[in-house]
Amino acid sequence: MFNKTVLLALATLFAAPAANAQETPNGIDAAINEMVGAATGPFVNFIFSPFPGTSFPWIVLWLVIAATVFTVYFAFVQFRSFPHSIALVTGKYSDPDDAGEVSHFQALATALSGTVGLGNIAGVAVAVSIGGPGATFWMILAGLMGMASKFTECTLGVKYRNEYPNGSVSGGPMYYLSKGMEERGFAGLGKFLAILFSIFCVLGALGGGNMFQANQAHAQISNIVGDYPGWITGIIFAAIVFAVIIGGLKSIAQVTEKVVPFMGVLYVGTALIIIAMNYDQIGWAFGQIFAGAFTGLGVAGGLVGALIQGFKRAAFSNEAGVGSAAIAHSAVRTKEPITEGYVSLLEPFIDTVVICTMTALVIVITGVLQIDPQTGLYIWDAEAGRVATEGNVSGVALTSAAFGSALSFFPYVLALAVILFAFSTMISWSYYGLKAWTYMFGEGKAQELSFKILFCIFVVIGAAMNLGPVIDFSDAAIFAMALVNIFGLYFLMPIVKAEMLSYQARLKSGEIKRYA
Amino acid sequence: MSSDTFIVAFEGAPDNPGVLEYAIHRAKTEGASLLLVHILEWSPYRFLTPEELAERHGRRKQELARADQVVMQPALARAEAAGVPAKGVIRYGQVVELILEETKKAQATAIFVGRSGSQSMAARVFGSVTLGLAQLAPVPTVIVP
Repeated sequence: MFNKTVLLALATLFAAPAANAQETPNGIDAAINEMVGAATGPFVNFIFSPFPGTSFPWIVLWLVIAATVFTVYFAFVQFRSFPHSIALVTGKYSDPDDAGEVSHFQALATALSGTVGLGNIAGVAVAVSIGGPGATFWMILAGLMGMASKFTECTLGVKYRNEYPNGSVSGGPMYYLSKGMEERGFAGLGKFLAILFSIFCVLGALGGGNMFQANQAHAQISNIVGDYPGWITGIIFAAIVFAVIIGGLKSIAQVTEKVVPFMGVLYVGTALIIIAMNYDQIGWAFGQIFAGAFTGLGVAGGLVGALIQGFKRAAFSNEAGVGSAAIAHSAVRTKEPITEGYVSLLEPFIDTVVICTMTALVIVITGVLQIDPQTGLYIWDAEAGRVATEGNVSGVALTSAAFGSALSFFPYVLALAVILFAFSTMISWSYYGLKAWTYMFGEGKAQELSFKILFCIFVVIGAAMNLGPVIDFSDAAIFAMALVNIFGLYFLMPIVKAEMLSYQARLKSGEIKRYA
Repeated sequence: MSSDTFIVAFEGAPDNPGVLEYAIHRAKTEGASLLLVHILEWSPYRFLTPEELAERHGRRKQELARADQVVMQPALARAEAAGVPAKGVIRYGQVVELILEETKKAQATAIFVGRSGSQSMAARVFGSVTLGLAQLAPVPTVIVP
């Protein structure tokens, strides 16, 4: 009875915007754009505003400075402890008696399925086409530095999680901001930051983690099967998301969770094949990346342009400092919270240093970026505001063209990968948003159901409408999460350092046992 | 009474009590004790959704409680009723690997395992528990149909 009522209510809710979107999409889109744009414009402009006289958004610098501070403060932990991270994730330090609990690998894989996605495919193409190949260098550097941010936030995520009598856990920035800041003597500020973070997290989950994904998935499907109304994709996606997050149909989620890593491996494997097919150009491509990083190779903006694009897209892709991954990582079963910090630092490495670099190398090597044969410099398309490309494409289409130039069938595989990545990102963000929602409104079936229904509705809206300002706002909300989270991390990093030093001492003394 | 311990790789399937009954019979005849080993198949590399991660600890507790209540306790009671000393172990992990580990730990002298007759694709490709034990067991292994 209850399910029937919910389904009827959903059908009505879905049908209204969907039908309207189909009939008069421009009218509704325009009205919502105007309304949302007017209300959120100042916030979006504030978050993405550049430093005067530059095009460098201050929020990106906020993330990069934080990553640098954490890198130095933790004495380059991401490089020193990389082998130990691998040992942890492969279970060398896992107590066999804890089998059946969430392993380090599982927490890492789930967090990765929330971050690997459009940023790795479309975002990199944008970076390279605007900033030139040199953007790749800065992207890798930002990824390497971002590893320290993940280390900090994920350690805290485990340390300050809530454990309930039924054995379930809730963790993430809202918990460490409130509990950790209280420990540091800033209870009021901590509570305020936790609530602010939760608000931004819910908005980010509904926008960047949902509407944007649904919108891009629809764009991909349309590219393959031809143009059709977005609400159809929206309803199909919403129904699947509904079945998973409300209906408890775990089989779909389990299939996705298995297929997504497979697609990730397939993507990297194919990129490696393409790079191997062009092995004689590998040296040249790295030359372009290094030279472009410091000279710009004629690309507008030069060094600064490459640096901005590299840093920006790395931050968009790996979410280091945003705080979202700390929610997923907090579920791991370990007596040592710092171990999850070590494991989580592999996330920006895999996401940015490996996957994003593969995308960039394929784009550079396959020659889809046009070069003036006389000067050897990239041809700048002033009208498009980027390097001229084969077929005059950018974003996912550019990555697709690069892969397609070597393997003609791959654009279809890529389209499927984008759709699956979008779906897995939605599932992950539905959970992140839910945790923020229940932090604000309390744990309970009713509170959970209300957020989940809202989430499904936003899937349809995202796919059906072209809501630029709404998506801008949701992107801004995700970065606003970083603003709040990093502010709190500066207060809490001494706690992480104490954990790290204690753990390292016990590891050295042999008190921490290796099992395999 | 001998000091021998027999391992019973006990799946707990109610429709296949043969392995337990046969092991009890053999233990009684030879004056051995039984160690019932029930393994909950688990891989630390299995992918889970964020929600499953959060609920995992609670679910593990439930699964262990259920296995103890539904599988292990009735089996131990059956052995006790037959006058055979028996202990039980419930563990998570890879079945063959853990049964062999328990065999070594208990210094058991025989393994009794039921044949489920599974013809699944996975069993055909990777081999069944029965075949795995038959190939790798360091002690005589009795396969009970």
